[in-house]
Amino acid sequence: MDIKKIEEVAFNILKQAVIYLPDDVKQALKKAYAEETETGKIQLKAILDNIELAEKNQAPVCQDTGTIIFYAKAGEKAQNLGKVEEALINATKRATTEVPLRPNAVNPFNGKNSGDNTGRNIPYVNWEITSGSDLELTVMTKGGGSENVCMGGMLVPGEGIKGLKKFVVDAVVKAGAQPCPPNILGIAIGGGADISMKLAKKALLRPLTEHNPDPEIAALEKEIYEAVNITGIGPMGLGGKTTILGVHIDFAFRHPASFPAAVAFNCWAARRASARIKADGTVEYLTHKLEW
Amino acid sequence: MAVYKLKTPISEADIRKLKANDVLYVTGTIVTARDQAHRRALEYFKEGKSLPLNLEGLAVFHCGPVMSKQGDKWIAVAAGPTTSTRMDIFEDEFIKNFQVRVVIGKGGMGKRTTDAMAKYGAVYGAFTGGAAILAAKAIKNVRSVEWYDLGMPEAMWVFEAEEFGPLAVAIDSHGNNLFTDVQKTVEENKQRIYQKLGLSP
Repeated sequence: MDIKKIEEVAFNILKQAVIYLPDDVKQALKKAYAEETETGKIQLKAILDNIELAEKNQAPVCQDTGTIIFYAKAGEKAQNLGKVEEALINATKRATTEVPLRPNAVNPFNGKNSGDNTGRNIPYVNWEITSGSDLELTVMTKGGGSENVCMGGMLVPGEGIKGLKKFVVDAVVKAGAQPCPPNILGIAIGGGADISMKLAKKALLRPLTEHNPDPEIAALEKEIYEAVNITGIGPMGLGGKTTILGVHIDFAFRHPASFPAAVAFNCWAARRASARIKADGTVEYLTHKLEW
Repeated sequence: MAVYKLKTPISEADIRKLKANDVLYVTGTIVTARDQAHRRALEYFKEGKSLPLNLEGLAVFHCGPVMSKQGDKWIAVAAGPTTSTRMDIFEDEFIKNFQVRVVIGKGGMGKRTTDAMAKYGAVYGAFTGGAAILAAKAIKNVRSVEWYDLGMPEAMWVFEAEEFGPLAVAIDSHGNNLFTDVQKTVEENKQRIYQKLGLSP
């Protein structure tokens, strides 16, 4: 697998992600617009107009082009995996100047911005090993406003799923207008403090048209979706019917004494893109068409 | 819900006409300032140093834009609002010291800012979060960039805008705060949700 090819594909999905929202998100926003109140409609119209303008101008849909997170699903037989991270860093630097992206990587100790969206552990790469020889790359560019209200907690095991429901409702109410609603919620329980948050964030990559394959969990997703939309927070927190566009739940088994829970928020500008690179170098773009 | 179109510099009398829930479009000078620029501006004031430009009657915009330099000219590529609550710790002093009339951002601001807006005559205009290209479209000229040492998002960008909006007047100069109103409703609704889900409060 040619390392230059990996860099090229990573650049392309990064550019796709920041400019073109996935179809499922656009459809959900259009549906919300049709059903909103007068106040909500003003906000959603600005959002929909903005999405269209971004595509027309080939400019990032939001000025906060986010923290860049990659998910790499590598076949056990894929070659050159040791060099993939370097390729992802190079693609990030190139995208920062060429798309352009806002430089969003800051040293937490001295506040200095690296200027190119890279720095220690950034872009962050989540690895998964699978069978075969393909390399599947997904990028999520995660806005700061929605990241700031993500919440992890260690709940009381005896309260079970009821405790989780309260945790989620309280998190959404506390977040209010901050995460640029309408939002998408990724929720995960179990594993441990770190594992639940990782799973919650990864759940944000699922399309809104997909529900959990387990009917019981799918029913919980629906129950939380409907409950949270009663809050009345609405688009941009100015009031309305659409506070969230969807809920995705994941889990890991838990320690008997622990009930880790995490809620990850995504803003309406839920940016993600994926591509698969095959061993022979052919590329399949999975979420977007290559439009340049 | 009245629609107002105001030009900078905006007078106190004009800003006092606006009521929460009105819609505002601003034409003229809009200056970006996030956490760092707010902090530095207040430090300058304390030290008796003057700011790079006089902010009286202008709009301050909580925004860290994506900018691109084409030749020697800066272009605003994407310029939506950032979360305003982070600036709550600075904004009352900022309004008092520099007489800005419009604060543009997203997510609303708290009591300190609401009180200062009532006292000195300013409004908070909520611009749709993330609608960065819509915002950039209204920016017709980038007059200058000040304090670029703070980095692209934190620098003070001086924009000339035409009908920048729609801004939902979410805090007016009479003590009304739409976000606080929504929060009250949300707290009430939360109890209904608890009941629906069979949770104890």
